[in-house]
Amino acid sequence: MKKRNTLLVISIGYIVILGVAAVAAPSIAPYNPVFQNLDERFSPSSKAHFLGTDNFGRDILSRVIYGSRSALLVGIVAVSIAVLIGSVVGLLAGMAGRFIDNFLMLLMDSLLSFPTILLAITVVSFLGYGLLQVMLAIGVIFSPVFARLVRAETLAIKTESYVEASRALGTPMIKTVYKHIIPNLLGKVIVQCSITFALTVVIEASLSYLGLGTQPPDPSWGLMLKDARNYLVLAPWMAIYPGTVLALTVLSFNVLGDALSEKLNPKL
Amino acid sequence: MLIISTIVFLVIRVIPGDPALVIAGIDASESDIKAIRAKLGTDKPILTQYVDWIWKVMRFDFDTSMISGQPVTQLILERLPLTLTLALMGLVISIFIAIPLGVVSAVKRWSAWDYLGMIFSQIGMAIPSFWLGIILLLLLSVKIKLFPLFGGGTLKHLVLPAISLGIARAAVLLRLTRAAMIEELSKEYVVAARSKGLTERMVNYKHALKNALLPVITIAGIQLGYMLGGAIIIEQVFSLPGLGRLFLFGVYQRDFPLIQGGVVFVAFIFSFINFTVDILYSVLNPRIRIS
Repeated sequence: MKKRNTLLVISIGYIVILGVAAVAAPSIAPYNPVFQNLDERFSPSSKAHFLGTDNFGRDILSRVIYGSRSALLVGIVAVSIAVLIGSVVGLLAGMAGRFIDNFLMLLMDSLLSFPTILLAITVVSFLGYGLLQVMLAIGVIFSPVFARLVRAETLAIKTESYVEASRALGTPMIKTVYKHIIPNLLGKVIVQCSITFALTVVIEASLSYLGLGTQPPDPSWGLMLKDARNYLVLAPWMAIYPGTVLALTVLSFNVLGDALSEKLNPKL
Repeated sequence: MLIISTIVFLVIRVIPGDPALVIAGIDASESDIKAIRAKLGTDKPILTQYVDWIWKVMRFDFDTSMISGQPVTQLILERLPLTLTLALMGLVISIFIAIPLGVVSAVKRWSAWDYLGMIFSQIGMAIPSFWLGIILLLLLSVKIKLFPLFGGGTLKHLVLPAISLGIARAAVLLRLTRAAMIEELSKEYVVAARSKGLTERMVNYKHALKNALLPVITIAGIQLGYMLGGAIIIEQVFSLPGLGRLFLFGVYQRDFPLIQGGVVFVAFIFSFINFTVDILYSVLNPRIRIS
């Protein structure tokens, strides 16, 4: 158990550092992330460029730091959209009658009948490329996960005797929802947020890798990996550093999610 | 099927923006735009468009590609075998990693194997498959020239992509196998089998494993569907001419019939796999049929 806690502390630490890096990027990044210095193309790790430079002579460390902005921004906005849509739909389905429930869940399930990345690419290809479109697309695509969770929890909590008692005393529906139901399902939603966050970071990177997300010259980890693919022989560090940061981010959010789910749902 | 086609139709039509404008470009004349609209059928009333669309999907007719002029269905069927082979290889790899390691982890809990399995599954889930693909290329194609860096055609070209796809899925499957196996091992019939004097081996592998495999098979099937999605990126990393690249080509070239056809087609396969898995599950587990 002790080992797990160390891992958790490291993960949280990493997330905090990432958050600080994203917020304070202009003051900590050693170079301008889009500044091109063609004399210093493909220079490996050195004192001047800690993580080396890329095919345009841009400083990789600075680009990785700035890249955390788009990754975290997409994560936060997309997860918020997913939670918002998912909770509203889930609560409605859970509280309203059978007809509305069936209809809403059919709608949500049909979204689940596509592979996530495929749906994301399709939506983005029709919306146009860019970070905003990616956030919207990912947010909508992940909303069924939250809708299912919230609905299932709502149905379970609704039949608890204290909720029934409060209903019998004449508490209005809206008040029941926010006094009893929302506080009780919050824990599970938070756990799901952490796991979904990790997924959205990967999808943002994937879409940017495919050239559909963040547009050049703006820095994004996925975009950096896309450039790196073409210069693997010449400059392998271009692929290694952004990818490592990306993988560590996903790992940290997964560990956090696991730990939260153990803390908040001790039954498991 | 009807639902999938309806959703695709809705997604495409609800999203604001006129594909005709995108195709024609900024300085196109009004009549050009009208001509493209007529070709795409977007000038008709929405209900007519919907009925047309459903009717076409029913006959597997997704119009012709705007770029190459070939029927979309034909293009898809040409590329499908490669992607399907890739996904199946990925599935085989993930099963061969996940099930043995998962079973050993569960049987010998908290042993070195178990920790190895846990570390593997955490790392496997964290590493995006496309980055894993790049790293594998770097290690096995650039440093040691074991596999080709570009191109396709032979099975050798599919090994690295399949590993990249398989590892992430293996991580998920491993966790599941371990959990399922631990659950089975704590059940009464296992205790009974032990008290009958059966060897550990018999108990673990004949009785518990058989039952634990049920949920694992279900998830493995669903994973196959996800690999079809993952293949889109992996094919791009390894420059493989599969369904994913065809689809992306459609996206880059704004070839809307190709995009529509591709999405519906993959979603069909995806749903078909899930449906088959459901049936397979009830065949393998008679308890489901009764309840």
